[in-house]
Amino acid sequence: MTRRRTPAALVEADPGPAHRIEFDGRPVRALPGQSIAAALWADGVLAWRTTRVGGRPRGAFCGIGACFDCLATVNGRANQRLCLLPAEPGTVVTTQEGHGRADLAV
Amino acid sequence: MPTSPSELFDLAVVGAGPAGLAAAVTAADLGLRCVLLDGADRTGGQYYRHPAPGLGAARPDRLHHGWAAYTGLAARLTAHRRAEFRGGHQVWALERTEDGFAVHVTLGPEAAERTTVRARTVLLATGAYERQLPFPGWTLPGVVTAGGAQAMLKAGLVLPGRRIVVAGSGPLLLAAASSLVGAGADVPAVVEASGYLGYARRPGVLAAVPAKLVEGAGHGSALLRHGVRLRPRSAVVEAHGDERVTGVTVARLGADWRPLPGTERRIDCDALAVGHGLLPQIELATELGAQTRTGPDGAVALRVDARLRTTVPGLWSAGETNGVGGADLALAEGELAAHAIAGEPPERALLRRRARLRAFAELMAAAHRPGPGWTGWLRPDTDVCRCEEVPVARIREAVEELGAGDPRTVKLLTRAGMGWCQGRMCGPAVACLSGATGAGPDRRPLACPVPLSQLAAGASE
Amino acid sequence: MVGAGVVGAACAYYAARAGLAVAVVDRGPVAGGTTGAGEGNLLVSDKEPGPELDLALLSLRLWRELAEQLGPAVEYEPKGGVVVASTAAGQQALRDFAAGQAAVGVSAEEVPAERLHELEPHLAPGLAGGYHYPQDAQVQPALAAAHLLREARRMGAELSTGETVTAVERGPDGAVRGVRTDRRRLAAPAVVNATGAWGAELAALAGAHLPVLPRRGFVLVTEPLPRVVRHKVYSADYVADVASGSAGLQTSSVIEGTPGGPVLIGASRERVGFDRTISHEAIGRLAAEAAALFPVLAQVAVMRTYRGFRPYLPDHLPAIGEDPRVPGLYHACGHEGAGIGLAPATGLLISEQLTGKRSELDLAPFRADRFPASTDPLEKP
Ligand SMILES: Cc1cc2nc3c(=O)[nH]c(=O)nc-3n(C[C@H](O)[C@H](O)[C@H](O)COP(=O)(O)OP(=O)(O)OC[C@H]3O[C@@H](n4cnc5c(N)ncnc54)[C@H](O)[C@@H]3O)c2cc1C
Ligand code: FES
Repeated sequence: MTRRRTPAALVEADPGPAHRIEFDGRPVRALPGQSIAAALWADGVLAWRTTRVGGRPRGAFCGIGACFDCLATVNGRANQRLCLLPAEPGTVVTTQEGHGRADLAV
Repeated sequence: MPTSPSELFDLAVVGAGPAGLAAAVTAADLGLRCVLLDGADRTGGQYYRHPAPGLGAARPDRLHHGWAAYTGLAARLTAHRRAEFRGGHQVWALERTEDGFAVHVTLGPEAAERTTVRARTVLLATGAYERQLPFPGWTLPGVVTAGGAQAMLKAGLVLPGRRIVVAGSGPLLLAAASSLVGAGADVPAVVEASGYLGYARRPGVLAAVPAKLVEGAGHGSALLRHGVRLRPRSAVVEAHGDERVTGVTVARLGADWRPLPGTERRIDCDALAVGHGLLPQIELATELGAQTRTGPDGAVALRVDARLRTTVPGLWSAGETNGVGGADLALAEGELAAHAIAGEPPERALLRRRARLRAFAELMAAAHRPGPGWTGWLRPDTDVCRCEEVPVARIREAVEELGAGDPRTVKLLTRAGMGWCQGRMCGPAVACLSGATGAGPDRRPLACPVPLSQLAAGASE
Repeated sequence: MVGAGVVGAACAYYAARAGLAVAVVDRGPVAGGTTGAGEGNLLVSDKEPGPELDLALLSLRLWRELAEQLGPAVEYEPKGGVVVASTAAGQQALRDFAAGQAAVGVSAEEVPAERLHELEPHLAPGLAGGYHYPQDAQVQPALAAAHLLREARRMGAELSTGETVTAVERGPDGAVRGVRTDRRRLAAPAVVNATGAWGAELAALAGAHLPVLPRRGFVLVTEPLPRVVRHKVYSADYVADVASGSAGLQTSSVIEGTPGGPVLIGASRERVGFDRTISHEAIGRLAAEAAALFPVLAQVAVMRTYRGFRPYLPDHLPAIGEDPRVPGLYHACGHEGAGIGLAPATGLLISEQLTGKRSELDLAPFRADRFPASTDPLEKP
């Protein structure tokens, strides 16, 4: 009998009950303790921001808080690093356009 | 353990990876009152990054070499009366004061207040981040750093894709590839720019560090078992895709890392994990004027003496900040530094161990030093600075037409390195393209972004 | 020309345009001194009538011409300035100040409290009023210097960076004959001292006394933002700080957006020699003042601070023109916190003098020999 190799199988994980976060208006499953970026990766989402100049898609790059590529708007706050922020139940994540501060423009 | 904000610790350790943990525990054993600070909520640092408790991992050791060393230290730390861990404490600056140091901390963007920790001495154990060299397509989603792929796997039990090419240079690539494979990814190739010959030719040094050999052999056999091909003297010269990566082009490299025309081949994949070794994270020390040295890998590290003292009085440094060398070296340096700070004589065996591990690290570093020909895979429109989206052509214009000849001037004239990451991702590339030789450390007066309101709170202190 | 900061660049540009053979030498890179470490405010609003204001008005006119010629790369923005007062007394002081300026050609319009937010929607409530100065403008200093030098080179000037001037050579008659550097001898009948905060050293190499001192300043740089501040906005205290001769720390923030995205918050002033360590007191006070003027900034992230050393002369006026004591030595330094603004006028005046033309302005107030050696302020190294 061969079990499918997965990260969870590798470490024999028995996670607590999954919960939901919201990404651009749709529910995404998250496991307790996962970062938002991890929950999105698990869902197959790799991009949650478009760049200021070229409007290009970006997501997590360094995974450790150093590159700031994984910025997005979380619960209305722009420029949050999703690789660091835990996915709490009910967290609302929105794809961020550019600087994410268009509401401040005058 | 309640503490008043003005409590003066004997020692503040910045960074709770192997070096910082070993230092805090040892120093507390030796009678010092220590505080261990880290931006993350849990100890472990990059190397011992591990799943959050909620993920219920029964065997976190499967993702780590030497896991027992970590659990031992973590247990001693928790039990210690004189050592205290403060997670979520991101240090953005050190300031010298009359009685030692003010360690300026941000508790994250939500925090209304800033925090200042006071200590007579500081040990810097802030580790390293990955060195990146740009190539066409490196900003596509699905292109991640090798360390990042590992970190996301270790902490969140996730993968960026199912078929992941691993590329770049340095020993981390093999480690990353074997964890990815172990976690179920298909890794069609590990693409290594160097020939690995630099240190393989020096068996004396390898024999002196048997653990390294075992580790290397372990990775090697896991990879072989899963049919992973190691392609030495090659590099990913382009990542393809529109909204995300769908494949890469790999080319063979000449001795100076120039891609050899006609050797390109395409490999389909849905993710690429890439990195070129590590760079010490030392700005907290260099802002205080600490002197640096350039290692054989071209990376700037802190200059320390045999007892791990930096050139700033009262400031010590252990682990990757003194030049990248891995977890075992970091553990040894953390312990040695603690002895020195406590005014105890060093253990001779520890001194010897450190010397041996450092020598090995320097050899590895030399073998993986990027060759100057890597710029051969750039195109004029390749973004060098990811944050500010500054392409190669603009940097060349600054150098060739505007008279910039060093990274700082290139930055001023192009904004490369001025964005959110403050040049951490593009720094080596900008330095190289600016034609600078022997550039000093990057300057980062604030080690991380700080909300204006928290800076303002300092005015009334 | 010794110095490839904005002043040296402007001198090179106008001299090359006048047909002179020019070599620019700098021990560092282009804009590696104070030019690359500050903001690019081109202000008339903060200057009282007198020689500096005359210089600034001439300069503003020249910047407008240069902006057309150099193109958008120098990020010239004629955005205007807004000075605000928090008390009625402060507003009255602004009124008096503006009245004096009006006489010499500075336009300023009083803005009553209730109209401040039309100009700057994010300003804090409760201010007493302000003044709008439409002539104030902005450039990106390093780009401005680099593009001036590029034009100068197109007209034949030579640029050499990473080369230090180690001696000024003089003939038996005392007149300058050129310089020696760590690489070579450069023969020239005229040497321009555009070494900014290091101007005293170069003057000393030529045997002249010129008490240029560094006045340190920090600038905070925020995360990239859309336009949240339309003008250059500062509080009325700023003018007093600029004019002060105190060595102690002064802060009064000037806030402006940039085309690159970040908002710049400057600048502190203190005389502490060339000390590069961060002053947490200074950056804390800048941040507090910025948040008080624009509460919306409290939540944005500061990513970096610049630190620079303004070239300061005790009477706050630059040294411009030939040194009466050393024929052939020309000074173009000591512009303190206004060197970006005053650079083109300085360059033009120097080139007029070099070519024997009649000067557009009276240079007497800028003479380098106006400081007797005994009036050196005491300064920590
Ligand atoms: C925080 C701050 C904010 C500021 N904001 C503004 C503003 O908004 N608007 C404004 O107009 N001004 C501003 N300033 C002031 C302005 O930056 C300076 O007045 C201006 O840069 C001076 O230009 P400079 O060319 O004289 O000097 P620098 O730019 O310092 O150039 C002098 C050059 O001389 C070179 N040099 C020195 N000695 C030698 C030698 N022996 N051999 C060879 N080369 C040598 C140096 O390397 C340097 O490159 C600010 C300054 C600071 C610090
Ligand atoms: S992925 Fe780099 S900061 Fe989050």
